[in-house]
Amino acid sequence: MKPDTCIKSAVLGAATLFSWQAMAQTQVTIATVNNNDMVVMQELSSKFEEENPDIQLNWVILEENVLRQRLTTDIATGGGQFDILTIGLFETPIWGERDWLVPFENVPADYDLDDVLQSVRDGLSTGGKLYALPFYAESQMTFYRKDLLDAAGETMPDQPTWDDIERIAAAINDPENDVYGICLRGKPGWGENVGQITPVANSYGARWFDMDWEPQLTSPEWKEALGRYVGLLREYGPPGVASNGYNETLALFAGGHCGIWVDATVSAGFLTNPDESKVHDKVGYAHPPVGKYEKGNHYLWSWALAVPTSSKSAEAAQKFIYWATSKEYIKLVAEHSGWASVPPGTRESTYANPNYIEAAPFAQLTFDTIQTADPTDATQEPVPYVGISYVGIPEFQSFGTTVGQEFAAAIAGSKTVEEALQAAQDATRTAMEQAGYIKN
Amino acid sequence: MMASNEAIPADVVQSEADSTPDKDAPGVKTAPLLAPSVVLLLAWMIVPLGMTLWFSFQRYNLLSPNISGFAGFNNYAFLLANGALWNAIFNTILLVGGVLIATLVLGLVCAVLLNQEFAGNSVARLFCILPFFVMPTVSALVWKNLLMHPVNGLFAWISKSLNLPVVDWFTDLPLFSIGIIVAWQWIPFATLVLLTSLQSLDREQVEAARMDGARGWSLFTNITLPHLCRSLTIVAMIETIFLLSIFAEILVTTAGGPGNSSTTLPYLIYKIAMLDWNVGIASAGGVVAIILANIVALFLIRTIAHTLERQ
Amino acid sequence: MTSAKRIVSWPFVLGWGVTFLMALPVLWMTLAAFKTEAQAIATPPVLLFEPTLENFAAVLRRANYPSYFLNSVIIAGGSTLLGIVVGLPAAYAFAFFPGKRTKDILVWMLSTKMMPAVGVLVPIYLLSRTLGLLDSAIALLIINMLINLPIIVWMLFTYFREIPGEIIEAARMDGAKPRHQFFFLLIPLAAPGIASTALLSFILAWNEAFWSINLTSWRAAPLTAFIASFSSPEGLFWAKLSAASLMAIGPIVVFGWLTQRHLVRGLTFGAVK
Repeated sequence: MKPDTCIKSAVLGAATLFSWQAMAQTQVTIATVNNNDMVVMQELSSKFEEENPDIQLNWVILEENVLRQRLTTDIATGGGQFDILTIGLFETPIWGERDWLVPFENVPADYDLDDVLQSVRDGLSTGGKLYALPFYAESQMTFYRKDLLDAAGETMPDQPTWDDIERIAAAINDPENDVYGICLRGKPGWGENVGQITPVANSYGARWFDMDWEPQLTSPEWKEALGRYVGLLREYGPPGVASNGYNETLALFAGGHCGIWVDATVSAGFLTNPDESKVHDKVGYAHPPVGKYEKGNHYLWSWALAVPTSSKSAEAAQKFIYWATSKEYIKLVAEHSGWASVPPGTRESTYANPNYIEAAPFAQLTFDTIQTADPTDATQEPVPYVGISYVGIPEFQSFGTTVGQEFAAAIAGSKTVEEALQAAQDATRTAMEQAGYIKN
Repeated sequence: MMASNEAIPADVVQSEADSTPDKDAPGVKTAPLLAPSVVLLLAWMIVPLGMTLWFSFQRYNLLSPNISGFAGFNNYAFLLANGALWNAIFNTILLVGGVLIATLVLGLVCAVLLNQEFAGNSVARLFCILPFFVMPTVSALVWKNLLMHPVNGLFAWISKSLNLPVVDWFTDLPLFSIGIIVAWQWIPFATLVLLTSLQSLDREQVEAARMDGARGWSLFTNITLPHLCRSLTIVAMIETIFLLSIFAEILVTTAGGPGNSSTTLPYLIYKIAMLDWNVGIASAGGVVAIILANIVALFLIRTIAHTLERQ
Repeated sequence: MTSAKRIVSWPFVLGWGVTFLMALPVLWMTLAAFKTEAQAIATPPVLLFEPTLENFAAVLRRANYPSYFLNSVIIAGGSTLLGIVVGLPAAYAFAFFPGKRTKDILVWMLSTKMMPAVGVLVPIYLLSRTLGLLDSAIALLIINMLINLPIIVWMLFTYFREIPGEIIEAARMDGAKPRHQFFFLLIPLAAPGIASTALLSFILAWNEAFWSINLTSWRAAPLTAFIASFSSPEGLFWAKLSAASLMAIGPIVVFGWLTQRHLVRGLTFGAVK
């Protein structure tokens, strides 16, 4: 055993030496999601390191939910492990409010902050201060198979209603050949099925809470919305849908099994990539469907870069963030992988660029949907919260997932829509009482 | 010869202790041999356990730093009154019990098969243990998407080719499907331990029994199984401990659903700890989990010790 | 004597049949690692295809594999080594010099594993932060050792108990001192058991994903974090995940092969007679 320990000590020693050397530079540890755009950012970051030899970038890349948990643990305990956080529209205002993030004040003029889309900027601010800069943003759209619709003699209106969707799904539904009329997310999760169903609910006039924080999940509006969603999936949806999250549904559509899909706008990039999609040349795009009302029928989401107050390299961190969300960076990505792959939804200049519009046929639709998504005004009745597909309070992650489990039960057919909504209502009410929103 | 068939029960252990005159043979003091393990584990247990107990009586939400103070038994009351807890405990016991039985039986089958002489025996042994090498999250993902998926999966394709109905695993049989994945991961563990044990079975004893006319099944039950008793016990105890805390597979496949059907106690605690960030209630849940695990372990020891004593 | 008929006997068919079933998911994953993303999830399943190394290239491009690999080796190897060094004497004492408390202590050791890790994340994180041990391989090494120590002690205890008492008696009659008994008789006899225990402990530490992701960021991140970064992003990832997984289990397969050779040699106590 002795030689083993010798070798290990030597290795440890060498590793320590290496890290000592690295410490001469400013260390910036970046925690980010493992989405494609971020992976590209990591690849191109060597350019940043070339231009700034005194800064060394270290990367921690994790899946969205794991990342969120990791970051929350660190930031709430003051762990100080990270200098740049990749966080979403949901947590930015919450964390900003708790003074866990360094606000972006004195933004350099050449960064052109006004170029950044207003709705996204507003979503990332609270108390008048901007706490993160958006890396990319997305909304929802309707994807459909042009060839299947043509064969059935149907056309998708540019602004479909859920009735249109149902009619078309019925026409193209072909389970014997493994083609299903419509695919939607069913997997439990506040960011999975709940995130898709809530905009539908908004569009039928429903809301999560009234102004006294009483949950409204048993309202007739919710019943109609959930009934629609569940009904569509049970009639024309693929098997296994109750545990299909984003990736499973993407795989289904890309594999040619879905006629219609309503989900994130970034999917367009994957669906048109010949390496990943069997149907890359058959995809059509339309606005997300409307129920009774247009308001709140599609969500706004953004992944943004922020600096925690516990960071020891805040200045260097902010420098990188300015670089990674700048117009120059977007041009860099265009040179590296083509205009269709630039981070979408953040700057007006991107959408004014004819190269981009030409390379990405879905660009204009994405732009429209992002601009018309307003997290502060998404419901028919007034509400005490912000958010279109979520409720902007920290407790939502938990009771939202519990509600998601109930919705999945309805989709699976093990509960009726009424039963699921009642169970969801009870669970939410208990959570709100526990958290002190409802004083009993 | 008899020594190799002894089991752990306390009375046997004790009689040895009483009858062995040179228990503390010259130069062999047991205390310093045990000390490092015991001291380290004591520290490992006391510090986190102590902190968990402490937190379980506090109001502590990671996201709401302004909420603090002594909560008394509130956390426990909330947890125990919550219907979800009892359902989770029930699911946990179902899952653990099912997987335990599956792995012991199938592990035994694999061990016996691999113990035979056949070409490529050693390579087959390694292949059989492969499932244990793969990270649980990856296993779950591969099973869910590449194998069990009712549209894209290998099983669906096989079913359709054979004109059998396609099983919608995670919708209709969520807990069972998760059980399959976990059992697949742990059968190699049982196989490995049982196989190692089988190898130490004295060939001469087996030969002697064969000469006496024992064949196949009776050989198995009268010689092999008793020899494996201790190993089976160990496998059962160790697996139980591990199985009582699995949640990664659930997170990746069904996220506890549909409804509550695949929510187990560890998953429930995970939801409270990592989604609600309610450290107080999560700690209370942790204490409940420890109590439950101790009950199960006690029950297991009593049952197994009882059956072994009859021999 | 080795005619084809003798090779393909019932043990052969059954043995390899069961092996194939058990290894099927891993084999399927191995195939997927060499396919394109579209092929990996295609229906009907693609069996004949042109293999590509693109996934491995993409994985290596994105992450610093050597760093993760080294961390995994240090953590898994170090914790196993330390665990056996600490646990072997304890197992020896329990097996050959049991006392009144032996059973209780053994069960208590196992009970330290009953704490759900998720529930103690925050306390341990706070502790690590205070001790300055966040993102350090040492912290993970110690934690993995503590987590696996009960298993190591239990398993070694089992294997020691299977050694017949007569052998020890015979050695003692011959005048061998306890230390000599231990090193020159017991260890060789228990070698397969020690090897299996080491393998198990190594695998458990290698695949331990909860602490290794939550207590590290980039310096001490082992292969579990490496794999986590390929898991469930937005977009198709199964081919890349399969490739990354292969790169993570490769070393264990080698380690497993080396330790399992002890088992092949086997152990016949008939040699005692």
